[in-house]
Amino acid sequence: MITTDILIIGAGPTGLFTVFEAGLLKLKCHLIDALPQPGGQCSEIYPKKPIYDIPAYPEILAGDLTKNLLEQIKQFEPGFTLGERAETIDKQEDGTFIVTTNKGTKHHAKVVAIAGGLGSFEPRKPLLENITNFEDKGVEYIIKEPELYRNKKVVISGGGDSALDWAIFLSDVASEVTLIHRRNEFRGALDSVEKVQELKNLGKINLITPAEVKGILGAEKVTGVVVEKKGEDGFIIDTDHFIPLFGLSPKLGPIGSWGLEIEKNAIKVNNALDYQTNIPGIYAIGDVNTYPGKLKLILCGFHEATLMCQSAYKRIFPDKKYVMKYTTVGGVDGFDGTRKEAPKAVVKAIQ
Amino acid sequence: MSLDINLKITDRNGVTHDIVAPTDMAMNLMEVVRSYELAEEGTIGICGGMAMCASCQCYVKSAHELPEMSDDEDAMLAEAFHVEDNSRLGCQIQITPEIDGLEVELAPES
Repeated sequence: MITTDILIIGAGPTGLFTVFEAGLLKLKCHLIDALPQPGGQCSEIYPKKPIYDIPAYPEILAGDLTKNLLEQIKQFEPGFTLGERAETIDKQEDGTFIVTTNKGTKHHAKVVAIAGGLGSFEPRKPLLENITNFEDKGVEYIIKEPELYRNKKVVISGGGDSALDWAIFLSDVASEVTLIHRRNEFRGALDSVEKVQELKNLGKINLITPAEVKGILGAEKVTGVVVEKKGEDGFIIDTDHFIPLFGLSPKLGPIGSWGLEIEKNAIKVNNALDYQTNIPGIYAIGDVNTYPGKLKLILCGFHEATLMCQSAYKRIFPDKKYVMKYTTVGGVDGFDGTRKEAPKAVVKAIQ
Repeated sequence: MSLDINLKITDRNGVTHDIVAPTDMAMNLMEVVRSYELAEEGTIGICGGMAMCASCQCYVKSAHELPEMSDDEDAMLAEAFHVEDNSRLGCQIQITPEIDGLEVELAPES
């Protein structure tokens, strides 16, 4: 079991900055994120997009913001559970919480801070009636272990970089790779498009466009897909796996069933005080929360994280007094014994 | 000259709303839909208006000449669901005097 003071659900900018503010209070943090890397939307959706409203940065790329935040919190040694989604939460008799992920990893924390942004990013699923029946039975939305496809027949659907890249990669692994896309044009990197064309010419990728998968066949597991190609009758392709790669879409996910007060797909919090939810000990900060006048901005998330940490400290140490200190005065003590502080001016005594 | 234009927006429940939208606030169609709360919060404009989520996809019903699709918009619509020939992303349609009278229908949430 992973133990920590504050368990942060969501490793986007707000979640990452929470580690810093908690660190100043000597509180240890652990983060859970459904994505395989920290940064949330900034890393996953728009790493190369400039942001203009981060104080003191006239312009910063979203990916660089993540990089800097990670650098800033390094000294507070946060733990990460990445690629797993927070699934259940159990409040203990002593007021602490156990949060379990979809892969069964358990985390014990004194305080939980939900910084889930727009929710967990989940694969966008094609609108096929029976698709959920075949999940992990031949339908996979994310390729985790390419060896699973060794000498198997694979149908990939989609027209972006993921679909192109995996079609190329699996052409050397699978016995048969079919790539199906609704358009004739692909919108991935030019190199990848050309490589797919080359592999198609070599007969290593079966390319079907403009076409869509309209049905999945099989009983216990996938045995084939029904394909509709524009201007032709529907036909069946025998396959062992169907891999739809249509990007990711944010969903509130299991957090929505934790008994938290939800309003318009966001978690209601007490913004007049400390961004606590209706369950004492569970806070919600950043884009995932709502209150009168809420603005979904990264800088508002930073502010909320700062106030939340002060409240969390009081909850964890009800008998201790803490006086807020400026980092310019008190410096920053890392958990590893490192210390950052401004050089002291040399004072010479007057004789 | 008036700074406001009129739009007809059909929501996801099939209800058509006559909307007045300002042309001097650098708004786009997605933001107008959000400000009039024509779709549930969290279901439209999820990516913030960067043509990266398709949650603001709409079908253009009138014959207005709209700005050409950018590569980003085209790429997003290539990945999205419920796409029709008249699909556009609301976040890529700026509110300008040229689109006065525009009629759109919000695509289903996906």
